[in-house]
Amino acid sequence: MDRLVTLNRRELLKTTTGLLTGWVIAGSPLALIAPAPAWAVDLTAFTSAEGTTLMSIARTIAPHDKLDDAAYALVIQAVDGDAAKDPNTRKMIGEGLAALGAGFAASSESERVEALKKIESSAFFQTMRLKTLQVLYSSPIAYAYFGYEGEAFSKGGYLFRGFNDLRWLPEVAAEDSGPLPAGA
Amino acid sequence: MARIEFQDQSAVVIIGSGAGGGTLAHELTRRGMKVVVLEAGKRQSTATFSQVPGEAFLQLTWLDARTQSGDWGVTKNFPTLPVWHCKTVGGTTVHWTAATPRFEPWELRARSTYGKVPGTSLIDWPISHEELKTYYLLAERRLGVTRRNDVPGLPASNNFKVMYAGAKKLGYKRVHTGHMAINSRANDGRGMCIQQGFCVQGCKMGAKWSTLYTDIPRAEATGNLDLRIECMATRIEHDAGGRVNAVIYRDGKGREQRQKARIVCIAGNGIETPRLLLLSDSSKFPHGLANSAGQVGRNYCHQIIGFVWGIFDKPVYSWRGATLAGVIEDEVKNDPSRGFVGGYRMELVTLDLPTLPLVGLPYGWGRDFASIMENYRNLAGMIINGEDMPRAENRITLNRDVKDAYGLPVANVHVDEHANDQAMRKHAQSQMSRVYDSIGAKRVVLGPTPPATHNTCSARMSADPREGVTNAWGQTHDIKNLFISDGSAMTTSGSANPTLTIVALALRQAEYVSREMKAHKI
Repeated sequence: MDRLVTLNRRELLKTTTGLLTGWVIAGSPLALIAPAPAWAVDLTAFTSAEGTTLMSIARTIAPHDKLDDAAYALVIQAVDGDAAKDPNTRKMIGEGLAALGAGFAASSESERVEALKKIESSAFFQTMRLKTLQVLYSSPIAYAYFGYEGEAFSKGGYLFRGFNDLRWLPEVAAEDSGPLPAGA
Repeated sequence: MARIEFQDQSAVVIIGSGAGGGTLAHELTRRGMKVVVLEAGKRQSTATFSQVPGEAFLQLTWLDARTQSGDWGVTKNFPTLPVWHCKTVGGTTVHWTAATPRFEPWELRARSTYGKVPGTSLIDWPISHEELKTYYLLAERRLGVTRRNDVPGLPASNNFKVMYAGAKKLGYKRVHTGHMAINSRANDGRGMCIQQGFCVQGCKMGAKWSTLYTDIPRAEATGNLDLRIECMATRIEHDAGGRVNAVIYRDGKGREQRQKARIVCIAGNGIETPRLLLLSDSSKFPHGLANSAGQVGRNYCHQIIGFVWGIFDKPVYSWRGATLAGVIEDEVKNDPSRGFVGGYRMELVTLDLPTLPLVGLPYGWGRDFASIMENYRNLAGMIINGEDMPRAENRITLNRDVKDAYGLPVANVHVDEHANDQAMRKHAQSQMSRVYDSIGAKRVVLGPTPPATHNTCSARMSADPREGVTNAWGQTHDIKNLFISDGSAMTTSGSANPTLTIVALALRQAEYVSREMKAHKI
């Protein structure tokens, strides 16, 4: 979130070509960790309209209805960064977006799925799919949403924090398990 | 640490510092030999291991280009990453998940046990289980393996409880938290497992055995080890008589260096080891070193690996706890009535949230894919670990159309699956689905074959020099002072995760090298 809100606004003075903004959904896991109720991502390779279509593509690839737009905006930020660095990537994605048309983001989910299925083998779609999977599930927003607790070394591992707290199945026989330290 | 001169002809040069190279380096240096270890990667430590999964992957993984071909699923699903091993001091023992079962006696007699299987190049190992067992016992003490030598097992995690309950419903008997090279209590100067679930990112507790913080520093403490990091071996040279006598490598600054050697031992994992032999061709050895029988790179094995996920209506939190600490061993048997030869293990597995969609799930997107991810809390996981069939045409070759950063041809990995491989995978997936179904899984998801982590047999041991690359001690049939010291030298893959066997073979090889050197035979 720091990356999303602060860092980007600081870089606003640089040339920006577009902007994605949104509100954090009240009561969502993100609301608990977000530093501000609104977020914004500056685009340096794509226009705001292109950014909106990219957001819609990411949401169609990995549709989690209750996951904040901010999580998807991180994907677009990464795609935008790649495109800003490499003109060929910019061109490939720009052409892919143009082929989908301006109405893509406003169309129904079934229409969007159908449109993406037609281009499933294209470099454009595969780039978007991979980037979506790589970025979407790596952010603190996603960790909070999916309930993933991440690294545990800094908290002493899960030994005393629920690694064996499952109670809806029988316990494992002692000879097939191993000793626990007191308190675990 | 020793500084061994480039011109020192008495040096043993070991290429690679993982399970094979690191163990061998320690064993030879403690016997007083001067050893140079060339390690292509950098040196990390428990303090520097990244705890961000994507960063950890980049920090530890061998990412130099490879190509691949053949019909196995990896070609399609992971076109740029056929195999997943490490490039770092400690090699793949840094990211391994530490399951350390032994080979079964009949697995070492694969050809005799399975009979003639058309379309395979199966042979028996040139070592008896009785002899290997001596070294398994040494290796198990060294690694602190659980459920051996009175070392207690690891405690059952949530993810294991799910697997265990299902396995017991099905009547499986040999189900436990595994033989693991992970400390269930403090041992050997290393702490106990605190169930972080970040085995693959490098164990920050050091509870999981790795040569990085055991054999390597102990070898350094002898004063006989010259460990050279970021040094990529590119060629092995030989004298007019055909004995190897030097290793050419690029150092961290890209400069070419030449280290003279009395003995060379290659332990670069199952892809780079045969690649280096092939890259070292000469007028005397036009097809590469140790390749007079044309066996270098052939018979490549990778084991039958695949994820099976069970989705339940209650939380599992599978990410909490040692990644692979659990096993069902009942299918480790040769029972052709199942429709295939050889056996397989069902092992516990979990993947962190960022890695699951990239490696663990079948190719997909859209609502169905997302619905699996939505159930991440309620997901339990297992992985198949089974014996795959060696085939002469499943092989590592040089792809002269693609060059690495040094201008050298990259390795191509070719794998066509044998019908036996497919039948075993299908059986395993079916049994694992039954394990989860028997305790009320809402859905079972069959994942893909991930990039291969168990790369073996590509320079295999054989009794008959026409059928392999080395003898029973990893000494190449063609060149007396050239050794293969990693999983490449394994004769068949078996159903056991390979590291314990690699360590056992390295311990055995160290005794042999020492003996032969003293006798001036090499």
